[in-house]
Amino acid sequence: MIKNSVHNLEAIVAQVRRDIIRMVHGCQSGHPGGSLGCTELLVCLYFELMQRNEQFDLNGSGEDLFFLSNGHISPVFYSVLARAGYFPIDELATFRKLNSRLQGHPTPNEGLPGIRIASGSLGQGLSVSIGAAQAKKLNNDNRLVYVLMGDGELQEGQIWEAAMYAAHNRIDNLIAIVDYNGAQIDGATNDVLSLGDLPGKWIAFGWKVIEVRRGNDISSVIAGLRKAQDATKKRFPVMVLLHTEMGNGVDFMMGSHKWHGVAPNDAQLALALNQNTETLGDYIA
Amino acid sequence: MKKYTYTESKDTRSGFGAGLVEAAKQDENVVALCADLIGSLKMNDFINAYPERFFQIGIAEANMMGIAAGLTIGGKIPFTGTFANFSTGRVYDQIRQSIAYSDKNVKIAASHAGLTLGEDGATHQILEDIGLMKMLPGMTVINPCDYNQTKAATVAAARHKGPVYLRFGRPVVPVFTDENQEFEIGKAIMINPGTAVTILATGHLVWEAILAGEELEKLGIDAEIINIHTIKPLDNEAILVSVAKTGCVVTAEEHNRIGGLGDSVAQLLSVQMPAPQEYIAVDDSFGESGRPQELMDKYGLNADAIVAAVLRVLKRKLINS
Repeated sequence: MIKNSVHNLEAIVAQVRRDIIRMVHGCQSGHPGGSLGCTELLVCLYFELMQRNEQFDLNGSGEDLFFLSNGHISPVFYSVLARAGYFPIDELATFRKLNSRLQGHPTPNEGLPGIRIASGSLGQGLSVSIGAAQAKKLNNDNRLVYVLMGDGELQEGQIWEAAMYAAHNRIDNLIAIVDYNGAQIDGATNDVLSLGDLPGKWIAFGWKVIEVRRGNDISSVIAGLRKAQDATKKRFPVMVLLHTEMGNGVDFMMGSHKWHGVAPNDAQLALALNQNTETLGDYIA
Repeated sequence: MKKYTYTESKDTRSGFGAGLVEAAKQDENVVALCADLIGSLKMNDFINAYPERFFQIGIAEANMMGIAAGLTIGGKIPFTGTFANFSTGRVYDQIRQSIAYSDKNVKIAASHAGLTLGEDGATHQILEDIGLMKMLPGMTVINPCDYNQTKAATVAAARHKGPVYLRFGRPVVPVFTDENQEFEIGKAIMINPGTAVTILATGHLVWEAILAGEELEKLGIDAEIINIHTIKPLDNEAILVSVAKTGCVVTAEEHNRIGGLGDSVAQLLSVQMPAPQEYIAVDDSFGESGRPQELMDKYGLNADAIVAAVLRVLKRKLINS
């Protein structure tokens, strides 16, 4: 697999941001805020950090797997999958439209390559990723499983069932990542339902915790995730708390929960696209 | 009336335990998960034979369903094990999203279904599980009648590709089906051919239907009795052929009358072959504490109730004709 320079990754990030904004604008619905905030992470995972097979196969034998638990940030997931070659880039234009494989929230039900589990109802992806990690162990498959959750999602109780289980059973081929942006639909996480001492909670549950302060900086993301990779296979599950900014890359969306699930209008689209250069070619709308 | 006898009584959950070992022997991908109810689910033999293929989840059923879904990504065939109540209502959304909508090859093994769970009472006696599970697109729903059939159904569930809800019970009941039967999912089994009335029974009510058939024979009523072990997909053809002959039907199940076998049959017949139907089922209520047989008697889930329902439905058939 060809490894990318930070420069190349930046170009992909800019294009993915354009895709996200255009997709959400195109159907006038969807979740731009969290998608923009996780762009660096998903680009780094798919283009730098994960070992992936060329052909998509549902079982993912002998390759690293990624699960998106906070399925509402599907725009960034779909864009990165398309840009990584899982399906035609122009299919991004069908996002959330009738008869599309790009459902509002991801599903394997439509046969879209790259998707292994449905997500959207929050709190389930960590359990699924643990199951996939245990299947890898049974199959003597030494590749890793990654899962991304939202921070608001941690308010779901099932997360903590899974957290307890993973530590007890020493699931050490798993890297869980929390999009730690401090915002959810109704406002700041600290106002809605505070997560409290989040690193302390995961440590208390028996996880190895790595914090990445600059989750929208490619070099920081890669350094943090490399550290996480090095922490695997040591009899502890690994948690990366990735500090990101909701809406990152579009100035009027940044720093506010208001763009969690709101689509830009035509003028806002033009503004947002101006801030993100077309690098790899836009999909045809 | 064809004669049915039995020499021993066993619980259907033990049939599951034996079937799980057999399925695991046949396919190395079969794995099992349990939410702190190993003894209740009769999983000990499996664990002793295949310790590395067993996952103790603890009291965390939502996590169990998610882990099971994840294990299928990697080719495993997971059987989850807990009571029917905690296998369905408690984890409906996890099953819906991570298993059914995701089309994952998970087998949900649900013990202690229905009233015959007994003394623990209504908190644990789910009577809505068949309805919950059959509403999920792609879900297969199986409710076998005795030890031997539950064992065979477990092996068949492992071979079937796709999510399966396998429902069985706690009490010891007569073992009257063949020891080495082949179990075909979705294929109803003729218990006794007859002409006057069709009795469609599932689970523990199949034996009660046989007892009812013997009583009806004494009254000169020739009942056709069919074991509907698979509620979804329903064996439409077997039911339509039978009702075309008899012109009326009694359904019998250990479930709420809303959402169970009776409703599936009514839906089929109302569209294709309207016919008088009587329900043997719990009449839209919760259960309560008591011994299994006491509860079945109180809630009208026994042979006497089936006989009475047949007499009612025959009267309605007569008025209609």
